[in-house]
Amino acid sequence: MHAFREAANAVRRAPFLTVLSAAMVALALYVVGIFGVATFNLHQALQRIEERVEVVAYLRDGARPSEITLLEEDVLRMEEVRGVRFVSKEDALEAARRDLPEFEELFVGLDSNPLPASIEIELLEGFRTPNAVARVAERLTIYPFVEDVRYGQEWVDRLYLLQRIGGLATLILGGAFAVVAALIIGTAIRIAIFARREEIFVMRLVGATNGFVRRPFLLEGAFTGALGGAMAVGFTWFTYQLISRAIFRLEWIPLSWILSGVAGGALFGLMASGLAVRRYLQEV
Amino acid sequence: MIRFSKVTKAYPRRGKALDDISFQVEKGEFVFITGHSGSGKSTALRLLHFAERPTDGEVRVSGFSSTVTSDRELWKLRRRVGMVFQDFRLLPGRTARDNVEFALEVTGTRRGEIVSRSNRLLSQVGLAAKSGARVEELSGGEQQRVAIARALANEPQVLLADEPTGNLDERASRGIMDLFRELNASGMAILMATHDLELVRAHPAIRLLELSQGRLAFDSSLGVVTEAPPGPEAPDRTAAPVLPGGEV
Repeated sequence: MHAFREAANAVRRAPFLTVLSAAMVALALYVVGIFGVATFNLHQALQRIEERVEVVAYLRDGARPSEITLLEEDVLRMEEVRGVRFVSKEDALEAARRDLPEFEELFVGLDSNPLPASIEIELLEGFRTPNAVARVAERLTIYPFVEDVRYGQEWVDRLYLLQRIGGLATLILGGAFAVVAALIIGTAIRIAIFARREEIFVMRLVGATNGFVRRPFLLEGAFTGALGGAMAVGFTWFTYQLISRAIFRLEWIPLSWILSGVAGGALFGLMASGLAVRRYLQEV
Repeated sequence: MIRFSKVTKAYPRRGKALDDISFQVEKGEFVFITGHSGSGKSTALRLLHFAERPTDGEVRVSGFSSTVTSDRELWKLRRRVGMVFQDFRLLPGRTARDNVEFALEVTGTRRGEIVSRSNRLLSQVGLAAKSGARVEELSGGEQQRVAIARALANEPQVLLADEPTGNLDERASRGIMDLFRELNASGMAILMATHDLELVRAHPAIRLLELSQGRLAFDSSLGVVTEAPPGPEAPDRTAAPVLPGGEV
């Protein structure tokens, strides 16, 4: 109870210092927030592209319906596969006419349909890597009525490379931003505690226990961190709106990310407070 | 009550601040610790408050030993040993009452008791009428009285005072000394570091420990202790020694 009262009193006595510390925390987390929005949107874009990764098995014209059904059942049993879709020769021609209007005259007056029937295989998330896709394709070639298997190897390889670069960049840049944010938050909280070092001195002087001394400062640090986190969410939202309206449409980050950011601010504030107080506790 | 046993305190750069010092202070004694600047007076008080630990030897205060008491247990000692400083170390921007109540609150005194005890403490130091004044509005002597009231918050058995009159004029110093003598008369042991030789000479009945270059050069209860050179402004050592527990 004392800890809450003292923490509240500290904020009340020096609101400017609290807001200043929270603003420093907010600016540090704002950079992380902007990076979060960019990362989230890049991830979403790559995921949308990745969802289009599929394997297509082109069938010989003589393939019997019972053989095709057998193939579909076999393919569905593979652990990498989410679903299969049979595309008949007629469906393929209709799709070609629809999707390739610039080649319309090619498809007029045909004696026979030149396009093969096929099976389009959709893969589960986590199996859209070059190795997994090649593995599925390889297994399909053993069927004699499968004429060809395509999955756009180069395209899948590039997508995979892009995803790995994105992941690595997120890790390195995100880690660097988090470290910088932690240092700034630590400094901001240390400044706030430096201003109250005399209180710590007096508390120790008259015989307050270490826990008693520490608690209000930990609460204050957590509050400042959380306030800074909340302000950072506001700044990030404003920037997101600005970019979405003026430049290009972006998606807003999920609630779990926002809560993690605020909780992270509170946690950093708490830890920075703990470290700073520990230093002063050793001085008296 | 207090025992320094062969205490040495050395710092990596400064060398020895205290060198093989032994003395004992009984319950209810009033002791001046004197010596010139750098003689080790403040170091001795810091050791008595366990703000620092000896490099060698043992300090015992109110049953706490410097070799046994952990940092986590320091708060227990601090509630039995009050301390005041030359620069008062009050919380700025707060009233005299706030400063005293803060000490009571952070040591876990019940809310209902805090007001009555702070009233009593401020009356005891003669500041009842100025309890609502901010510390910046008080004179040096009054600020020192607030610091003393704060030091008395936990009803300590020992009061350590590091140059408590160092920033005060003669009249205010006399007032603080009168207050200390009242507290001492009620049974509290007081150790006061001072370099004010006029003050020391004005109270010849108070036991005198003189430090010189980190050594105990003189103990008025025993006579000359070591051959360490006395300070440049050494007090008159012909002052009558006082037996432990002696009246001031």
